[in-house]
Amino acid sequence: METTFDLPANIAFGVIAVAIIVAAIRVVTTRNIVHAALWLVVVLGGVGAIYILLQAEFVAVVQYLVYIGAIVVLFLFGIMLTRAPLGEMLDLTNRTMRVGAIITAVILVTIMVFSVVDSFRDEEVDFIAYSGDVAAAQTFADLSAEEQETVLDEVAAIGAEGTDLGPVGRTETVSDSIFRDYLIPFEVISALLLAALIGAIVIARRD
Amino acid sequence: MTPLVDPLLSGPIGLQEILVVVFKVVVAFAFLMVAVMFMVWFERKLIGDMQNRIGPNRAGPWGILQTLADGVKLFFKEDLLPDNADRFVFKLAPYLALIPAFLIFTVVPVGGNYSTGDGTVSLFGEETLLQVADPPVGVLFVLAMSSVAVYGVMLAGWSSGSKYPLLGSVRATAQMISYEAALSLSVLSVILLSGTLSTSGIVAEQSQWNWNLWLTGFIPFAIFLISGTAELNRPPFDLVEAEQELVGGFHTEYSAVRFALFFLAEFMNTVTMSAIIVTLFLGGPNGPMFGPEWLQSWVLPSLWFFLKLFVFLFVFVWFRATLPRFRYDQLMDMGWKLLIPAALGWFLILAGIQVASDNDDINLALVVIVGVAIFFAGMGLLMLAMRSSRRQRQLSGVTD
Repeated sequence: METTFDLPANIAFGVIAVAIIVAAIRVVTTRNIVHAALWLVVVLGGVGAIYILLQAEFVAVVQYLVYIGAIVVLFLFGIMLTRAPLGEMLDLTNRTMRVGAIITAVILVTIMVFSVVDSFRDEEVDFIAYSGDVAAAQTFADLSAEEQETVLDEVAAIGAEGTDLGPVGRTETVSDSIFRDYLIPFEVISALLLAALIGAIVIARRD
Repeated sequence: MTPLVDPLLSGPIGLQEILVVVFKVVVAFAFLMVAVMFMVWFERKLIGDMQNRIGPNRAGPWGILQTLADGVKLFFKEDLLPDNADRFVFKLAPYLALIPAFLIFTVVPVGGNYSTGDGTVSLFGEETLLQVADPPVGVLFVLAMSSVAVYGVMLAGWSSGSKYPLLGSVRATAQMISYEAALSLSVLSVILLSGTLSTSGIVAEQSQWNWNLWLTGFIPFAIFLISGTAELNRPPFDLVEAEQELVGGFHTEYSAVRFALFFLAEFMNTVTMSAIIVTLFLGGPNGPMFGPEWLQSWVLPSLWFFLKLFVFLFVFVWFRATLPRFRYDQLMDMGWKLLIPAALGWFLILAGIQVASDNDDINLALVVIVGVAIFFAGMGLLMLAMRSSRRQRQLSGVTD
């Protein structure tokens, strides 16, 4: 039987994850504020790369468009408008921050490990179940050899048609869930954003 | 097993597929380089003609090798690094400007018969589209890359460690962020009509003269052209490098190869922006089809594409030769108070028309007339409001 363990994808994930972690540490340790923003770009770009690895092209491109193309650009723009320091700012990090950072990191890792372990227990996460037929949510390994053959054939047929990228990554899926299943939360969030926008205008007005 | 999607080429990828991809990348890169060289020469020559000068005329026939000569010269000049500069970012910035410019071009279909066929051609025995990549989110990719292109300009100005580049890059960032919004909103109209985010899909929707230029009613095209020019920092929106005020703007401190890279990126952006306009609004490689099979699949579509591309390259030079530079507040006013509301309003009208044409009970002509009337009435009211607020500010002495 062929394995569902996708070696290249795992290697790629490892490389991206290491890059993200290193960059994330540099964001908080560097003493140059513009460099910190640039390391943040690396973190966000890495997250976008992981989205691509998970076949969520739409989310990945939106990640680049919104976070890298707009939010960090605005961070940098704000820095440049106010003081644009070249070189290091010594008050950006200090020793007491390390203690806080370690405590925060420990708590965060505990919560994350607990939530992952709690939600998956000893289930096997299955590639087929996530990328192809959601109805066949039983693990691939549980199937008999014949059933495995059929699943593989179906997958190959879908792949040959070149139409189905799996239900996760397609733009239609994203838009369907936003504008049908989660319409009300979406509208609430837009109202919130509008309120924030109006608030910003009110604060910025001179009279 | 065969994975559904294979981003890492772990599946059965043969030599053919790799060959096709490598071939397309090399051809696209070579084409862009030649196009940039041509564009630099073309701009200088044309602007010379328009200003009653001769223009470059020494290197090669009609000075056509002038760009090559300039490139070689820049390569051998001393590469200066200012003392104050942030070294790593200073060196990184030119590449950040260049790479998005090239990446945008990879999703542009430059040929293929979309009018009577499905746009594919046969290359090394593979049926393939004449574009390096065809992601399902091609248009979003273009927008993402054009917003990433801000980094090159912004970081170049900051890392130079001197005031004129910093001012230039602050201007550039504000301008590019503002006009990005208008650009994206005008693209929305095209996406709405085509119903797809893929560039090849948009081109396929525009076959048989169904060009988005008239289907979207000219206004998104005009907005896209104006905000595209601003996004490129080309005249009349070239405040970023206004020589009279800022020396050279963000690239004041750059010299030799790194300056050449910025120059290259600027012209490459002009070529890719023209290509994007052609793809989104003028049907890409669509055009009249006649003659034998090889002519229809290989020659004519690419010929139409490059003809249209050439028209826009000319238009950009023409802008530069005829229009005086905008003042900074005029630029911001136009972006935020004219282009963005117009793009949004027009998008709403198109959405209304789309709904009306899907629904038999609604009178389409009525919807069009009422929509356009409301649009112009709204824009008129907006203009009046802005005029009265400007008068108020003048009275209270806030601005002149």
